[in-house]
Amino acid sequence: MSDLPGDLLYTKDHEWLRREDDGSVTIGITDHAQGALGDLVYVELPEVAQDVDEGGDMAVVESVKAASDVYAPIGGNITAVNEGLSDDPEKINSDPYGDGWIVRMQPSDGMDEGALMSPDDYQQFIDELDD
Amino acid sequence: MGSKTPLYDKHVDADARIVDFGGWDMPLHYGSQKEEHHAVRGNAGVFDVSHMTIVDLAGKRVREFLQYLVANDVARLSEYGKALYTAMLNPRGGVIDDLIIYYLSDTDYRLVVNAATRIKDLAWIREQAGAFDIAVNERAELAMIAVQGPNARELAAPCVAPDYRDAAMAMKPFFGMLGGDWFIARTGYTGEDGWEICLPAAQAPGVWDRLLAAGVVPCGLGARDTLRLEAAMNLYGTDMDESVSPLEAGLDWTVAWEPGDRDFIGRAALQALRDNPSKQRFVGLLLEERGVLRNHQKVVVEGVGEGEITSGGFSPTIGRSIALARVPAGDYDRAQVEVRGRLLNVRIVKTPFVRNGKIQIDT
Repeated sequence: MSDLPGDLLYTKDHEWLRREDDGSVTIGITDHAQGALGDLVYVELPEVAQDVDEGGDMAVVESVKAASDVYAPIGGNITAVNEGLSDDPEKINSDPYGDGWIVRMQPSDGMDEGALMSPDDYQQFIDELDD
Repeated sequence: MGSKTPLYDKHVDADARIVDFGGWDMPLHYGSQKEEHHAVRGNAGVFDVSHMTIVDLAGKRVREFLQYLVANDVARLSEYGKALYTAMLNPRGGVIDDLIIYYLSDTDYRLVVNAATRIKDLAWIREQAGAFDIAVNERAELAMIAVQGPNARELAAPCVAPDYRDAAMAMKPFFGMLGGDWFIARTGYTGEDGWEICLPAAQAPGVWDRLLAAGVVPCGLGARDTLRLEAAMNLYGTDMDESVSPLEAGLDWTVAWEPGDRDFIGRAALQALRDNPSKQRFVGLLLEERGVLRNHQKVVVEGVGEGEITSGGFSPTIGRSIALARVPAGDYDRAQVEVRGRLLNVRIVKTPFVRNGKIQIDT
C-alpha cells in the first residue's frame, strides 16, 4: 500500500478532502478505493454551481467491474469539477490524490474536521478492513 | 474460504485480487483488468479455469444418451476430437447449463460444464444416464488452463510434450486431442485463437510459470468476462438459466431440429416456442453516448415494450459500452436504456462485437 498524503483528511467511504487556500475543499477517492474498483472507465460529474447536501449523491465512478456512488462528505456548493476525467477516467487509478481529483466545493458550514479521519486513523481503518 | 485450484498459490504470489466465484477462490485481476484484456486481443493471455468441471462419459450407448441429453446433435461429431457447443435443457426447455462436448470415440466423450452448476449438472447427468448404462466420471484431479490470443498457441507450444507438439499445432479450430496425460483443445471463451488445456494438477504450476516466462500475461475472471462479452458468448446464470430457453438467449444455432424424430429433453417445449411470434429477441446493444450499461438495466423500446440487459459492461477494445439484452419481439434497431433514472440511446447491433482482435460492428 502506498503512503497516504499527510495533508489530507479522509472518510469511511474512502474519500479524501483537501482544504485549499481560498477556503474551498477538493475531494477525490483514495488509492484504496480505486484499487478496489479496478480500472475506471466512466465518471459522472455534478454540475458546477450545484448545491449538494452532506451525504448526498455527488458523482458516480464506474469501473470495468461496477458503478459506485460518491457521496458528498460535506455539504456545499460545487465550484469546479475535473473535466479531464471525461476523457481519461483512469487518472483516478494512476493519480488518485492529484490529477484524479473529482470535485471542488465551497462548504456551506465550514468543514467539521472532527468528523473526518487523519491519515493515521484512515490507515488504521483500512488495515482493519484488510484483516 | 472457498475451494482452491492447483494454481491458487500462483495467483496469491502474483498479488491477484481474489474473489469468490461459484464457491471457488479465483483471481479477478492481477493489477489491471484492461491491460489483461488487451493482452489477449493483441498477443496472449493465460487463464486458470481449473474450476470448470470436466466429465468423461463412457459406454456403448453414450452417443444415443447424448442425443437425448442435449439440444444439439452429437451425430454432427464424426471426426476424432471434434467439439460441439450445446445446452442441456429441462423438460420445459429451460437451460440447465451450457457445455462443450468433445468426441473421443464412439464410446467416449468428454464434457466441460460450468463450475457454479457442478452439483446440479452431475446429478442431472447421472439421473438421465441411469437408463443408458453410462459411466459418468468427473475428472476433478485435472487442472485446466486456457491460453488465448493471436500468439497463444505459438507461445504455449514449447510446453507441449514433443511427441504431440506438431499434432497440436496442426489441429483445426474447435477440435481437441489427447496427448499423453494432457488434453489440448483449440477452443476458448474470448473470441481469439488459442488452446484450453486439461492436465494433471501437479503439472499446472510449472506450465503456468513457463507460459509467464514466455511473455504470456496472466488474466483473471474480470478480463475473461469483458472478452467473452465482446465475443458475444453467453454466460450461464447471467444470459440464460433454467427459466430461459436457448431460443430466447441467442442460442438458436445450438439447437439441432433435424432429424425430427430425435427426442431430446425439452424438445416439445422448444418447438412450441419456436413458432410463437411473440418470443423475445436476444440482441447486442451499443451505447451511443457516455456511460456504462450494466446487467439488469431496463431496455425501453418506444411503442413496443420493455426488455432487460442480461450482460452489460465496458468494451476495452471498442472504448464504449456494450451489452447483451433480451428485448420484445418486433422489427426495430434503436432503443433506450434506463441508467440512474435517465434514458440513454442504444443501437441494436449484430454480434459478435469483436472477433480475432477486430471490431465487427459499425461504431
